[in-house]
Amino acid sequence: MSVYKPSVTRETGTSRRRAASLAGCAATVLLTVTACGGGGGATGTTKDGFAQAAQKDGALTVWVDATRMDAAKLYQSQHPDVKLDIVSYDGDANGSNYLQTKVQLFNRTGKGWPDVVFSSQNNEASWAVDAGFAAPLNKGLIPQQTLDGFAKGANDVCTVDGTLYCLRNDLSQAVLWYNAPLLKKFGYTVPTTWEEYQALGEKVAEEHPGYLVGDAGDSFTPEIYLWASKCGANHITGPKSVSVNTTSEACTKMAKLMDVLIKNKSMSISGVFSTDFAKNQAGKVLLMPGPAWYGGAVFKDGLKTPAKQIAVAPIPQWQGETSPSTGNVGGGTWLLSKHSAHIKAATDFLKWVTTDNTYQGEKAPGFPAYAPAAENWLKAQAASGYYASDLTALKDASSQVWSDWGSGQFSQEAIWAATVKPGLTQGKTIESLLPAWQDSIVKYAKSNGYKVSQ
Amino acid sequence: MTLTHSSAGSARGRPRGTSRQSRAGMAFVAGYVLLLIAFGVLPTCYAIYFAFTNAGGAFTGFSNFVTTAQDFRFVDSLGHVALYLLFWLLSLVVFVVVLALLLHKLSSGPLSQALRFLYYIPGALAGAASVLVWLFMLDPTVSPVSSLLETLGFHTFGEVIAPGNLALLFTIIAFWTGAGGWIVVMYGALNNIPKDVMEAARIDGANGWQTAWRVQIPMLRKWIVYMVILAFAGGAQLFVEPQLLSLASTGVAGRDYSLNQLTYDFAFQMNNINGAAAVSVELLVVSVSVAGVFVARSGFFDAD
Repeated sequence: MSVYKPSVTRETGTSRRRAASLAGCAATVLLTVTACGGGGGATGTTKDGFAQAAQKDGALTVWVDATRMDAAKLYQSQHPDVKLDIVSYDGDANGSNYLQTKVQLFNRTGKGWPDVVFSSQNNEASWAVDAGFAAPLNKGLIPQQTLDGFAKGANDVCTVDGTLYCLRNDLSQAVLWYNAPLLKKFGYTVPTTWEEYQALGEKVAEEHPGYLVGDAGDSFTPEIYLWASKCGANHITGPKSVSVNTTSEACTKMAKLMDVLIKNKSMSISGVFSTDFAKNQAGKVLLMPGPAWYGGAVFKDGLKTPAKQIAVAPIPQWQGETSPSTGNVGGGTWLLSKHSAHIKAATDFLKWVTTDNTYQGEKAPGFPAYAPAAENWLKAQAASGYYASDLTALKDASSQVWSDWGSGQFSQEAIWAATVKPGLTQGKTIESLLPAWQDSIVKYAKSNGYKVSQ
Repeated sequence: MTLTHSSAGSARGRPRGTSRQSRAGMAFVAGYVLLLIAFGVLPTCYAIYFAFTNAGGAFTGFSNFVTTAQDFRFVDSLGHVALYLLFWLLSLVVFVVVLALLLHKLSSGPLSQALRFLYYIPGALAGAASVLVWLFMLDPTVSPVSSLLETLGFHTFGEVIAPGNLALLFTIIAFWTGAGGWIVVMYGALNNIPKDVMEAARIDGANGWQTAWRVQIPMLRKWIVYMVILAFAGGAQLFVEPQLLSLASTGVAGRDYSLNQLTYDFAFQMNNINGAAAVSVELLVVSVSVAGVFVARSGFFDAD
């Protein structure tokens, strides 16, 4: 045994030396990293309402999701002289937070930010302003005349403290989608009030069990139904303040309506993108309140509903109200980086991609937020021959979004999915889950630094 | 037995071959050590530095630890991870040891080889890929075992992934992914038990059960402890399974089920890297302490 003794001693000596050099290395790295941490600030001139980085030649870096890839490519083909570096990412789909994650890292390393980026989430401005990423757009970058062309309220989600930090790509106003030939065959008429809608749901459950008047299984369910009912669950009253009241009459009357229809099974709790909905209920949709993008993404592509069946009507309103209020389910946004070294080119791209007729007016899959392009888009959709009605309800709804439901830093969809959806699956009523929903929103809001009033 | 010189003397007194061997050994280990320093030790030091400072780099004592522990999700996540670890470690110890013993009993026949291969396959799938396999298995609409799920009363994916089922589901996924490798390791350890010890047990009249309980399992003790230490450290860092399930269920499974998910949320959702580091350091301290207790109690480093 003693043979090993000297070698053990030597090993200990070596490991001590190694430990010392390691500690030295660690300290050096820490110092270097700490020094780097403070860097990355803009050093150029202050213009257009923010301190701009020194402008350079070079490729414009644009981040897009798979769907917006066509837009970037079309821009490139129309502007061959612009050097474009198109990067494909998930577009923050399903609240993946990819962009935010990356920006936090770029902020630490002091480089890497994209010049222009698309996101499918409309609450990006709420963190991107805090993170010093989004450039103000209405302080000189984008002319007021262009901004005035956007639909009323379209850019509300991009506005923080009166300053605009992103441009809306498309609107996601909710409407009432319905299967026109089926409705006619059953001898029903399109409901115009929520009371009529509920009565129809009860009738369908009795006369044609299995057919659906709606779906309450998605994480964006509250944005379709409770927003339309003016439920004050998510009233962002300031940059870091929110008012939450999920148990007011506006909320409970819609919750009760949904509970009746869920109980009689005329409203599904599967979720339109779930495998079981596509398999078991795709052909059973009679009516379906949902956002503008349901037409293409759900009916045409997802459920493969044949042409000339799906039609659009205004979302119902409560009896006694003068016009419907609708919710807003997503809708993409474009942000321009404060750190961009190619602001002129980035601004040009941003303006083109949100307003150009050849893209927004003809090729874009969603209802354009820029009103003149939306006109064109509606004509193009009508000409496609897929829909069984004209789409004016979509246009009308674009200005009917109830403005007291905001886009905070915390995800309303994630909260609903984690709090209410499991209860629904277990057979609890939405009405009974409203207090738990309230509690959860309040906790998440506070945890994100919001001042909450209830 | 004869060399008791000083370290310098021992180096000089050594045959040349040994010193060359030792240099070669160091060269082989050097690459690993460098990577360990670059991707293990330095990030750990960096995390500790973050945990005790604020965004501006000023020392803040334990305030990051207090802030994160006061977050409303912290206790829930802690509970989730504790429950999962309980299920995961119990199932690992019981089933891995039993399966390895059975495998060993089958000796070296073709069935044993086939089983070893079969056990090992899931481990060959990368973590995220194996979770994706399970996302299909657990969805009654597309699952190849949908009839089994229906018999158990699950008709939709939402019913399967109800919050109460998650700890069990993650245990099943983790066991399926990770246990095969351990079974093969235990099988190797069982093969290492000297033949004469087994022979002696048999001559003394021990039956299969007695041999397993009184001879094999005690001799596997160190391997079991090793497995528990690594499984605890891995399990405490539960992340991929709940994260993917959360995405697949569009949030029903929750984005803050485990402590590691919570650190991710702190770092990238709430821009609180320092808080995230504090939770990571807590996980490190707990894992190292548990490992320490196991090592001390089991005499892990005692020479046989």
